[in-house]
Amino acid sequence: MSGIIDMVLASIRAKVPAANATVRTNPGPSGQDSLMVAPESVADVMRVIHDEHGFDFLSNVTGVDWPDPALAEKVAVIAEGDADAEGDAKADGEETPAECGFLEVVYHLYHTSERKGPLVVRSRTKDRGEGAKIASVVSVYKSAEFQEREIYDLYGVIFTGHPDLRRILMWDEFVDHPMRKDYVAPDDYEYEPTPHAAVIEKAAQHYPAPDAD
Amino acid sequence: MAIDQKLADDLKSQGVHVTSFEQLINWGRSSSLWPLQFGLACCAIEMIAATMAKYDMARFGAEVFRPSPRQADLMIVAGTVTKKMAPQVVRLYNQMAEPKYVLAMGACAISGGPFKEGYNVLKGVDRYIPVDIVVPGCPPRPEALLDGLIALQKKVKGEKLIGKDRVRHADPNGMAEMPVPEYGPHDLQPPMNPEVWKPKAKIRKEGEA
Amino acid sequence: MISDPLLQQSSPVLEEGSDDDQLLRVSLGPQHPSTHGVFRMNVELDGETVVRLKPVFGYLHRNHEKIAEGQTYLSSMPFTDRLDYICPLTNNWAYAHAVEKLAGIEVPERAEYMRVITAELTRLINHTAFAGFFLGDMGAWGSALMYAFREREKILDLFEDLTGARMMSNFMRFGGCRNDLPDGWLERCRALVDNYEPFLDEMEMFLLGNEILIARTQDVGQLPKETLINGGITGPMLRAAGVAYDIRKVDPYGIYDRFDFKMPLGEKGDCYDRLMIRFLEMRESLKILKQAIKDIPEGDFIAPKAKIRGFKPPVGEAYGRIEGPKGELGFYLVSDGTPQPYRYRVRPPSFVNLTLLEEMCVGLDIADVVIILGSVDIVLGEVDR
Repeated sequence: MSGIIDMVLASIRAKVPAANATVRTNPGPSGQDSLMVAPESVADVMRVIHDEHGFDFLSNVTGVDWPDPALAEKVAVIAEGDADAEGDAKADGEETPAECGFLEVVYHLYHTSERKGPLVVRSRTKDRGEGAKIASVVSVYKSAEFQEREIYDLYGVIFTGHPDLRRILMWDEFVDHPMRKDYVAPDDYEYEPTPHAAVIEKAAQHYPAPDAD
Repeated sequence: MAIDQKLADDLKSQGVHVTSFEQLINWGRSSSLWPLQFGLACCAIEMIAATMAKYDMARFGAEVFRPSPRQADLMIVAGTVTKKMAPQVVRLYNQMAEPKYVLAMGACAISGGPFKEGYNVLKGVDRYIPVDIVVPGCPPRPEALLDGLIALQKKVKGEKLIGKDRVRHADPNGMAEMPVPEYGPHDLQPPMNPEVWKPKAKIRKEGEA
Repeated sequence: MISDPLLQQSSPVLEEGSDDDQLLRVSLGPQHPSTHGVFRMNVELDGETVVRLKPVFGYLHRNHEKIAEGQTYLSSMPFTDRLDYICPLTNNWAYAHAVEKLAGIEVPERAEYMRVITAELTRLINHTAFAGFFLGDMGAWGSALMYAFREREKILDLFEDLTGARMMSNFMRFGGCRNDLPDGWLERCRALVDNYEPFLDEMEMFLLGNEILIARTQDVGQLPKETLINGGITGPMLRAAGVAYDIRKVDPYGIYDRFDFKMPLGEKGDCYDRLMIRFLEMRESLKILKQAIKDIPEGDFIAPKAKIRGFKPPVGEAYGRIEGPKGELGFYLVSDGTPQPYRYRVRPPSFVNLTLLEEMCVGLDIADVVIILGSVDIVLGEVDR
């Protein structure tokens, strides 16, 4: 896989210098290394990957929530030699709790006729609030349309340039982004009659005066 | 009102059937329960399997699945009711004509089942509509559904149509329509219908059996 | 068709006086006999012709991914059964495959064969049931499905003996399968496989030459190959259009490279081809099954070193995919070294295959929409998860 990644990396660095592309090594045994690009230029990068390298099939688009940036660095390790290019990423880490951390979108691409893949591309938003914006790739890969809507719904990433960015799984009046790690579900807790102290405590809170049966 | 059972049996042996109007109506109703053709999730596949050749729900007079709630007597809630789906389920219930019965099929419809922790999962359809029969299982086997159906038939056969303890649909003041919940910013509004659902109040203390 | 006041919320409001207010707006679903569950489409019609079609999802959004992130890796295995509830065993395999990639686990030979056998039986179930439901969409409600479910019950009996459950098998483990094949199981499986071909002959004789079926499905819903690939379509739908893309062939997982089978391809990619492809694929599945039943070796059904309790994969991420009966079923997992996955994502084939539903339907009659949706072969548990 590394051969393809290096090839793609070279052409992206030449064609889309603003993407600030770097290789991230996967520390696990799967060996699926990834390509990190800047959020504004994801669509341009995808255009290059699609047109010049023939990756015509975008299989999977995933959102990941990283409230703790240090954890994200463990999973996608900065490749040696790229470490200096990432220096500015950590500068604005100490803000209000909603602002620190970031949301990540991961793309898995395949080449249908030459049987290559997966090419993993990832991009991180500036923060988890106002700046959670990523360029939409629907103009390049139609298959991203519903998947990006899902990420917008569940994570709150705003895909700029998406033709129809609405909630998809939850209802339109819903305001939260439930797949975020800090989401608190509504307390419609129904305790089971089990003798667990935590359950009883929560139940007593929720139903102040249960019948003394 | 009440028939002398001995006399009735006596007459029956001579080919004369004596019955009450109530029993006759209940017998008719229980033998042709038309379910609503309405599958929500995994349990719907087992519900379909129950109507197919091997299990053959037609033996119990309940094979006529109607796509329209107006023609259906029995709502088999087969699968997870999500919060997004709950208003539609209640609306379908309201659209059904009396007498109507609800059979909650599977763990999800009963209590949320394995998906109970989910933020979009209704923890039991009985929070909004009255449930007559529950069929546990994940998913229940077709035999279990048939068993539930027979239990419902028994229930229908024992219904009182007149008098003080008559059933809901024979009572002019009985509630036929349930309020439809609305989509709120975090949850459904209201999160439950207190008229039909009350939290089970029994809490076992630690160490208690 | 139930007109729904909620229709207003999910579509742009029409302006009075514009051409658009002549359109008839229909909300198909979520309770509709043809939508295969709780799927909903907001359709705008000019007479009977479809002008716009917007799918509405989420009526079965059961928060599978969120629940999975709060529990151990193995605890999610029974939940995968409930994704695509017609074919639980391929879901099990896809998840086990992704975790094995994530943790670098080897699977013993016998377990690989058992996986192939159960997965191909599952493919038979799915495609047979598809034929029944598809004919149901066309108005033949009942009879075709009756035949399909008769055969399905036979396979379910096998599954019940093997896994203990008719539908929710929870059978695969990371590094193998949960238990070995029971005595005599292979013989009964062989008998079933031998008897399946006559059933397929019968079905094909009844269906594929049927005049009504041909009139309703041929030249309905085809799209160019490039559009389909770009739209992320996978599985039989893509192959019906003539694109040779079957993950069992192009990115072999398990031991599929050992079997001799063909990849059937369609020509036009209309609804008739999609039905046809599934029949041909069932015959290829039977070929694989025959070889697998003949060749299955003795040995371990799970890797002896596989850890069931206290399983913690190393830090990293992995995307594993298999060819499910409906298309590419993938799992993307991120591990932070704890017993719970940090991110657990299902790449559902049914959901992505609906991307091009509007493109396929616009310009056709409303009755064709039902056929096209049927030919996509969706299961809502997987679409909404």
